[in-house]
Amino acid sequence: MVESRHQWKAWLYLSPAIILLLIFTVWPIFNTLRMAFLDGYGNMAAIGGRTFEFGIDNFVKVIDYKDFLLCLKNTAILCVATVPISTILALLIAVALNSIKPLQKTLQTIFFLPYVTNSIAIGMVFAAMFNIVGLRDGGTNAQTWGIINNAIEFFGGEPINWINAGSTYTANIFVMIVYIVWNALPFKILILLGGLQSINKQYYDAAKVDGTRKFRVLTRITVPLLSPMLAYVIITGFIGGFKEYSSIIGIFGDKMSAPGGESLNTMVGFVYDALARDRQGRACAAALILFVIILIVTLINNKFIKKHVHY
Amino acid sequence: MSKSVMSVMQERDIQKRTFMQKMFKIFGKTGTYAFLFIMALIVLFPFYWMIISSLKTLPEYRQAIPTFWPKQIIWGNYAEAFSAASLAELFTNTVIVGVASTLLSLVITVLSAFAFARLEFKGREAVFGAMLATMMIPGELFTITNYITVTNLKWTDTFQALIVPFLVSTFYIYLLRQNFMQIPNELYLAAKVDGTSDIKYLWRVMIPLALPTLISITILKMMGAWNTYIWPNLVAKNLPLITNGLRNAFTDTSGQANYPVQMAAVALVSAPLFLVFLFLRKYIMQGVSRSGIKG
Repeated sequence: MVESRHQWKAWLYLSPAIILLLIFTVWPIFNTLRMAFLDGYGNMAAIGGRTFEFGIDNFVKVIDYKDFLLCLKNTAILCVATVPISTILALLIAVALNSIKPLQKTLQTIFFLPYVTNSIAIGMVFAAMFNIVGLRDGGTNAQTWGIINNAIEFFGGEPINWINAGSTYTANIFVMIVYIVWNALPFKILILLGGLQSINKQYYDAAKVDGTRKFRVLTRITVPLLSPMLAYVIITGFIGGFKEYSSIIGIFGDKMSAPGGESLNTMVGFVYDALARDRQGRACAAALILFVIILIVTLINNKFIKKHVHY
Repeated sequence: MSKSVMSVMQERDIQKRTFMQKMFKIFGKTGTYAFLFIMALIVLFPFYWMIISSLKTLPEYRQAIPTFWPKQIIWGNYAEAFSAASLAELFTNTVIVGVASTLLSLVITVLSAFAFARLEFKGREAVFGAMLATMMIPGELFTITNYITVTNLKWTDTFQALIVPFLVSTFYIYLLRQNFMQIPNELYLAAKVDGTSDIKYLWRVMIPLALPTLISITILKMMGAWNTYIWPNLVAKNLPLITNGLRNAFTDTSGQANYPVQMAAVALVSAPLFLVFLFLRKYIMQGVSRSGIKG
């Protein structure tokens, strides 16, 4: 390290970053707290000269609000359903990929593809796949139930109204789960495969000498040695899950529901709705609640991980 | 004699066991490949469906029995999509935001990382620690105030609003600092002795050596501009980027929409991402596995 007599130089180099961070990162932290505790804060009203009293009214209003509980429910369901499914699938795929030689690189690339997509754009493809096009039993113009329903009918099932008018909440959520899992796989596979490739081969050789069964090798060697990566993937999965928003817009549009159906709005969506309606106090309160929930879930995960992860 | 019988039996036993093991191994391998192929098909199917649907006529798309290859390839869907979603304007907007924010962000990141990695100054550890601490706070908390800041600056519907708030990424500064620290300090001292300026040293030595990291940052930043939806939707409704424009051009969920054209638009928006991925796969996968962030 160079003992610099020109300390100002370092500060000069850092100045663009520091100035921008002060305006767009540090100030927001304080301002969010301030706005959350000013009853009914709105920026336009504040500019108009209105003053706001200090209080916890925003939090009370947010929690009282029926929509908020709905958003919380939707977020929680999506989170709890998608994280385990995508983690287990990603683990199986990563282990399978790690055990083969030919085609490994090609398959690895294919499994990474969903990552380099636009979640809104591919959401529209999923919507097209699940969509019923036109009214099926009207007119001579043959119309389709959508490729997913075609596949279900091919295997002898009954077609389901997934996302169109009159579809059920369960069907909507199912479509979302499928899409979110599909979207979450590449990152998890990448991290887990990286972890697998760094496990010392000697453990497996020892298991081979002992004639250990494949499944036992998976549960007794692979998973424990992979546990730091698994923990990482699960925690980031939960954090991402609690921030789910644009994937729903991709499939259902910015109304975030099937026509006439129950809203699939999430916590993040709630924050942005309040924000766009100049109810910043309420938006801040909701964002802080979201932050605390994420914090608690992460802490619980950490506690669980401390017990089960072998570093 | 009994000894030889024993050994023959043992040998048979061993043969039998190795045969069974071989069979297990073959079954195992076949099963593994079968599983991987099925999963790969599921992963690829939406892309395949997007492409073939984008080339069909509307009546063919609507057939009750789907076709898996268009009977008649309609390239015109792409032209129609290009004008229906005014993609030209959206592409231009997005490229401007992407290029400007990537370049400025690279300059800021390199300068900060250099200061943290090579210069000694009071409060260095404290400032660096504070920067890292901001990474733990979810972005939604910043968005609310930044929305107000941008509105009060009268930046609504301007390029500044889309570029400036996201120029500094503490994570990229951290990543690049780690990379710079691996470069031996002797090189810097030698440069100082020769009277080389900091900027020249940065340009000639540090940047070439840290190029892979810089490329990863560039790609992720560009992909970010391409995929961002929430922020432009809040502050620049009249200056839409590609994702916003795409979603808003096709909002019909009644089932009557012209899906082939819609799929053509989606394919056009997805194509640049795939091209980048095709050529720079290594950097993207490296960058992602180290940073663990999307976009």
